[in-house]
Amino acid sequence: MSTGSTSAVIQSPSVSPSVPRKKPQSLWGDAIKRLKKNKAAVVSAYFVLLVCLVAIFAEQLAPYPFDIQDMSKILQGPTAENWLGTDSLGRDLFSRIIFGARMSMAVGIFTAVISLVIGVFVGAVAGWFGGKMDAVLMRFVDILYSVPTLVLLILVKVIFDSVQMFENPELKALTGITLALSVVGWVTLARVVRGQVLQVREMTYVEAARALGASGPWIVIRHVIPNIMGPIIVLLTYQIPSNILFESFLSFIGLGLQPPFSSWGVLANEGWRSLRTYPHLMIWPGVALFLAMLAFQLFGDGLRDAFDPQMKGKT
Amino acid sequence: MKEKILLFLGADWDKSLLIGLPIALCVLVTLFLDFFGFEVPTALYVVDGLLILGAFLHFTITQGLVTYVFKRTGEALVVVMVIATLTFLLLRLVPGGPFDQEKALPPEVKANIEAKYKLNAPIYEQYFDYMAKLAQGDLGESYKYIGRPITDILAETLPSSVQLGIYALLISFLIGIPAGVYAASRHNTMADSLTMITAISGVALPSFLVAPLLILFFSFYLEWLPPALWEGPEYYILPIITLGVRPAAVIARLTRSSVLDVIRSDYIRTARAKGLSEMVILYKHVLKNSLIPVLTFSGPLVAGVLTGSFVIELIFAVPGMAKHLIQSVSNRDYPLILGTTLVFSLVLVFANLIVDLLYAYFDPRIKLT
Repeated sequence: MSTGSTSAVIQSPSVSPSVPRKKPQSLWGDAIKRLKKNKAAVVSAYFVLLVCLVAIFAEQLAPYPFDIQDMSKILQGPTAENWLGTDSLGRDLFSRIIFGARMSMAVGIFTAVISLVIGVFVGAVAGWFGGKMDAVLMRFVDILYSVPTLVLLILVKVIFDSVQMFENPELKALTGITLALSVVGWVTLARVVRGQVLQVREMTYVEAARALGASGPWIVIRHVIPNIMGPIIVLLTYQIPSNILFESFLSFIGLGLQPPFSSWGVLANEGWRSLRTYPHLMIWPGVALFLAMLAFQLFGDGLRDAFDPQMKGKT
Repeated sequence: MKEKILLFLGADWDKSLLIGLPIALCVLVTLFLDFFGFEVPTALYVVDGLLILGAFLHFTITQGLVTYVFKRTGEALVVVMVIATLTFLLLRLVPGGPFDQEKALPPEVKANIEAKYKLNAPIYEQYFDYMAKLAQGDLGESYKYIGRPITDILAETLPSSVQLGIYALLISFLIGIPAGVYAASRHNTMADSLTMITAISGVALPSFLVAPLLILFFSFYLEWLPPALWEGPEYYILPIITLGVRPAAVIARLTRSSVLDVIRSDYIRTARAKGLSEMVILYKHVLKNSLIPVLTFSGPLVAGVLTGSFVIELIFAVPGMAKHLIQSVSNRDYPLILGTTLVFSLVLVFANLIVDLLYAYFDPRIKLT
């Protein structure tokens, strides 16, 4: 007997394989149904959505712009005008955290999208063609894996910072860090996608498509990738917070986003210098980051359990 | 007597314990002495080294892994060479040179300096020069700390970084594994949920929230522990906890799920049917097998601790490698960047090799080729 099937039954009593369903369920419908039962994941999903909305409408929501300085109220505690107090240049901390959400989320999501495109492409090519192509690509991926991430990040970021392709100052500030994180981030995706493609390409429906005369790229795009979207999406939900964390690490050590732009890491860096006297400057951005990370983690766990009930409870 | 002990420990633990216990004992004593600031006798380091080397040789030879280890070591060295090359090339792509200052140097002076460091030579010449020296273990001299060999700087800063990393890893295993076993043994109870909520919070906690909270409470409010520096046991505690929180939480989650998997297997049912006590089952039969996935995770764990230590070293002013790496990038101090990168990659690559070997040791079904 296999322990896998028993564990699935024990862990999700709602899914009883012996009772035939009336309506056939798609993988997605099934997953969403399971996800909705997971309260923590649903709450987290709403929280993530909220943070995204805050990030998009930062200008409308924040009481002050992120860079306006008011020297008459430097380093104040919470007041009616400045809910979380002000920093050493009299900037409103609450507004800066809101704008920080914008920068942090932008880095997290843009990076995830770019690494998704590269990772899926490389992983699919390696997995589909196999042979020498696979060996060369995966060797490269292995090497990138052994480079200490922060070192690579720092170097690549400095290089990309000199590439100016945007006029918008916010996008300009984001370019270097986003591209650097993507250079590091696609590797994990490529590995997972390759593994999945290796499995899927032996499936009978792929064989059928080939027998019907479909071309390789067509099969990959039309049949293989949609079938491996589940694990990819789960991985992405984990990658976004890890990108955000890396960005804040870099900004904290002073090599990420530069002030006056605000991200949670930048704020923590500014607050760290006056920790003893004004701890709120470091703690609130930390709390914001903590809540976002927690929400992403719980949402990711929920998604993973939803797509693959047998994985339930695994890290 | 020996039979009794073995009976208690389980006959299959016999061999691994005979090898493992003395090693663990010696290493723990060494770490203990080191932590509390006692002079660690060189003999103890030698004993540690010999024991580990002996166990390693015994294992590789009896398992017929000698060629495998050679192959992997060779591969690891190639990877490190490739990383050195990559970093070297990346550095030349980085805009700005090491001697660009706000107030530009007179061209003749700059030319002289660049000639001294052979920066005016073609890149391939610099590269081969660097690699040739690297092969002899010479990492060159720092551009910023004029005349100081990189090996000196590394020798000075590496110990604190290594200490921080090892203690953090140790504490994360010591907390994470029991917490995970505890949660799993009380599956679906309040205790389980509480432990897992703590663990998931630990995964999400950024170090720059943990650090200020700990410093505020233990250093400024209670005034028990110093808020920074790295000069004795009381200085070690806060950085270690801050760095260890995340790995401990991840290990706890991993251990729990792995224990839950093993608990459902047939041989555990057999053990229960034989009437063994829950404690014996849990610690003798379950734990051993459920630690294998935890072990495989140690490779990424080392990488995570390496990354995390940058922030920790900065917050707590630990005189480790982080400061040098960060500054050397801003200074474009090429030899120092290369040196620190190489050290980090060596640690990563060999950590992965060791994890693979341990994996094969604890799970004989794994065949390394």
